[in-house]
Amino acid sequence: MTALLDVRDLQVEFRTREGVAKAVNGVSYDVAAGETLAVLGESGSGKSVTAQAVMGILDSPPGFVTGGEVVFQGEDLLKLGREARRKVRGERMAMIFQDALSSLNPVLTVGFQLGEMFRVHRGASRAEAKARSIELMERVRIPAARERVNDYPHQFSGGMRQRIMIAMALALGPELIIADEPTTALDVTVQAQVMDLLAELREETGMGLILITHDLGVVADVADKIAVMYAGRIMETAPVHDLYKAPAHPYTRGLLDSIPRLDQKGQELSAIRGTPPSLLAIPPGCPFNPRCPRAQDVCRTDRPPLYEVTDDAGRPLAGRGSACHFWKDQLHDRP
Amino acid sequence: MPERYEEKQRADIGTQEAEALPGSDVLQAEAGGLAGTDQPARSLWSDAWQDLRRNPVFVIAGLLILFLIFISLWPSVVATGSPYNCDIANRNLGAESGHPFGFDSQGCDVYNRTVYGARASLTVCTLATLGAAVLGTVLGGLAGYFGGWGDAVLSRITEVFFGIPILLGGLVFLSVIKSGSVWPVIGLIVLLGWPQVARIARGSVITAKQNDYVQAARTLGASTGRIMLRHVLPNAIAPIIVVATIALGTYVALEATLSFLGVGLKPPTISWGSEISTASQQIRNAPHALLWPAGALSLTVLAFIMLGDAVRDALDPKLR
Amino acid sequence: MTSPEVTEAPPGAPGGEAILEVRDLVKHFPLTQGIVFRRQIGAVQAVDGVSFDLRRGETLGIVGESGCGKSTIAKMLVNLERPTAGRIRFKGEDISRLSGRALRAVRRNIQMVFQDPYTSLNPRMTVGDIVGEPYDVHPEVAPKGSRRGRVQELLDVVGLNPEHINRYPHQFSGGQRQRIGIARGLALRPEIIVADEPVSALDVSVQAQVVNLLERLQNEFHLSYIFIAHDLSVVRHISDRVGVMYLGRIVESGTDEAIYEHATHPYTQALLSAVPVPDPEARETRERILLSGDVPSPANPPSGCRFRTRCWKAQPVCAEKDPALDVPPWFREAKGAVAHPSACHFAAEWEDEPGPGRPEAAVGPGAGR
Repeated sequence: MTALLDVRDLQVEFRTREGVAKAVNGVSYDVAAGETLAVLGESGSGKSVTAQAVMGILDSPPGFVTGGEVVFQGEDLLKLGREARRKVRGERMAMIFQDALSSLNPVLTVGFQLGEMFRVHRGASRAEAKARSIELMERVRIPAARERVNDYPHQFSGGMRQRIMIAMALALGPELIIADEPTTALDVTVQAQVMDLLAELREETGMGLILITHDLGVVADVADKIAVMYAGRIMETAPVHDLYKAPAHPYTRGLLDSIPRLDQKGQELSAIRGTPPSLLAIPPGCPFNPRCPRAQDVCRTDRPPLYEVTDDAGRPLAGRGSACHFWKDQLHDRP
Repeated sequence: MPERYEEKQRADIGTQEAEALPGSDVLQAEAGGLAGTDQPARSLWSDAWQDLRRNPVFVIAGLLILFLIFISLWPSVVATGSPYNCDIANRNLGAESGHPFGFDSQGCDVYNRTVYGARASLTVCTLATLGAAVLGTVLGGLAGYFGGWGDAVLSRITEVFFGIPILLGGLVFLSVIKSGSVWPVIGLIVLLGWPQVARIARGSVITAKQNDYVQAARTLGASTGRIMLRHVLPNAIAPIIVVATIALGTYVALEATLSFLGVGLKPPTISWGSEISTASQQIRNAPHALLWPAGALSLTVLAFIMLGDAVRDALDPKLR
Repeated sequence: MTSPEVTEAPPGAPGGEAILEVRDLVKHFPLTQGIVFRRQIGAVQAVDGVSFDLRRGETLGIVGESGCGKSTIAKMLVNLERPTAGRIRFKGEDISRLSGRALRAVRRNIQMVFQDPYTSLNPRMTVGDIVGEPYDVHPEVAPKGSRRGRVQELLDVVGLNPEHINRYPHQFSGGQRQRIGIARGLALRPEIIVADEPVSALDVSVQAQVVNLLERLQNEFHLSYIFIAHDLSVVRHISDRVGVMYLGRIVESGTDEAIYEHATHPYTQALLSAVPVPDPEARETRERILLSGDVPSPANPPSGCRFRTRCWKAQPVCAEKDPALDVPPWFREAKGAVAHPSACHFAAEWEDEPGPGRPEAAVGPGAGR
């Protein structure tokens, strides 16, 4: 499978009054057509900033891409001009945000906002644009689309608004969709509906999907492969089943362990100690070392690269990588 | 960068240690030990004061304002003679020995007139600003905090006041009072100026009171007064300070305009405003007569704006 | 750590007396029109007839989706809102109508921990002032000289460095700020703590720390918790009993085992099935009930059972008769956790249900499309 999007060694920093915050420090990941990549991380891990840099919607200043490549269908987007970059957005890759209410214009009808995509990009007539809007709303399973096309965003529920956002992202048939915490603001029962819709649309259209989230449950439900981020770096990459079965990084292990499990009732949860580092002062060596139960002296001085994870016979495990000096011990859960 | 990391590390270690030792007896002993060696308790106001004392902007502004207050109280100490000692023969003369600022169109010494003008100008602008700010904050703050019909009534009143052209209102009001002293002018400015502050105060109080920490204080059983003074006001004051310091400058100009129109301060009261008004007619013949009182006025406004800025920043712990 | 036998004491066991009794609690927010002359045009029925007991030393979890009224209940318990009707009895005394001194005394005993660690701490107060404020409001609790020491002790108990007493909230991370909020809640040595989504604003790796802290404090200070959250796995971990809310009512309540293993109310079943499980193996096998439509407006709830508009079991009787929150008669003789209150005319465990009538809940990825 050739990669649809290949991000290589991406670096992003924010120049603020307090100093330079290194939000993304050499992130590489790729996603193929029809594949779902989940980028898992906590707040400040750089997962959203990476996506914004890929989309080309980073607020600049204060944010600057200082290195790396974003290769999309064989073409480095970072080398494109402003106008060419703009054409890629919407037409070939689209983004879905967490807060659907503030992403929609409250004074325009939903139909108008959907139709605008066709009028601006495809030069469609008003009537045609309206017909396409209704079609899109039906595609994202909004009941009574024909009657509701002239409603305003506030007349829809949270789940329905998120569907409209998805419809808008789909409008021009992009090859890649980046969904940044698409269900975090939604209730559990609605969350399930929206995630299912996304998964189904991905299958239908064969597009690539990058799902940015902090929710280990959502990831387990829909992802094909996972990239775990921490302090602007990739800590671990793995196919979804492998990651949950045998993580090769202590941070991933810690995240999995901090979810309450049935057999732990009445016991202490195994928490990761300490707090995530400030991006203004990322610790030297491995950024996770101050919180890591496996940390040795080498972790405080040498920054681990993303090692290739292999099985006992030394054969590389497909798609697996870990930025831990002691990934072998972690993989086999040895102390 | 390295020091910052060290600091962060230390902060983290504090939590981690506690995390690692859930048995609290050990920690209790440790806490007892710490309590003795600790620095004194601090609060927002003492921290703000510490911050201000070291802020050069505040120190310069403060010294300037102290100096201005000094010359308003005892002008004769600084002046070289009486401001009423005028000789038409000196009309519009430039600077000369003993008269560093020259003479105005009436042949009065500009230096002495500027020194003696400080009292009226400073009184009007500071008291008017203070009055408008306090009245506006109290009324706007109460309306914003309690809401309800009082809020509705206040909002309508401020809208009515916004509809009154300030000069026209001043002309009518002051031509009825006709005293020529500073008090009616101050009264007028407070009357017409408070709604502007009230509107800002109402908005920022409404924003501040919606925060969870206000709810938290209520669950503790804190009194309304305590909530307003400790939680709402410190978090709502910044925009009020900004509006008040900007208003200060406009009030001086307003006083000058009213004096110029003949309804504000009247001779023998001297103010920078009236000096500027008179001198502006002679700007081509004697620009220095305009320059000095106008310069004093600008400096005063600048000092207050700097003061306001410094105080506002000092009250925001995030900027320290 | 107390042994599990004690924390999971069955009702009626020693130490199982109710410290808080809530009966038929109602909160309606009037909907008005007009600015100066307000007319009431309706009411949002945020909470509509909720009853439960909280026993000493236990944790009662309340789960539900946004708008179900769980936060309104929290506000009424700590007297931030006055109930429209109903009673809240603390140790036998109705506290919902108190005012003045009596109210202040009660407030000492019921404290709250808020959801958002960024807005629940006054940014212009030092940590010492924030945690010490309860002593300013209730000076009888701690004499002036001892307050600083007590504040440092509290910081220590919640796992913060006592030396940081002069810092401001913005100098702490989210998890540390939540600890400060917890320290403030503990200052008056309350008997009950109402925690409204105390961990949902925190990062995954920090959530577990705060949950552990809350459990440790419960044992150390013999606290009773009302733990409100939408995260079902956290609620299950910390709660002894759980109440499930939908549109202003509790639809099902019972021990954590009863709710999570033997749910008999269709809403609970749907809610539980929708929770993503952090196990990719499960996505091939687990059943999911996908509810259709949205939660109706609490200003205009459906007649009868409030869940009937989204329920696959709904029958005409559901629109006519409001099901009471009671152990269904057909389960009264049953042994084990299945015999627990469930407000459904057709309460049954998911596994026991006959095939037809079930929703299109399929198995495997993308179930129920």
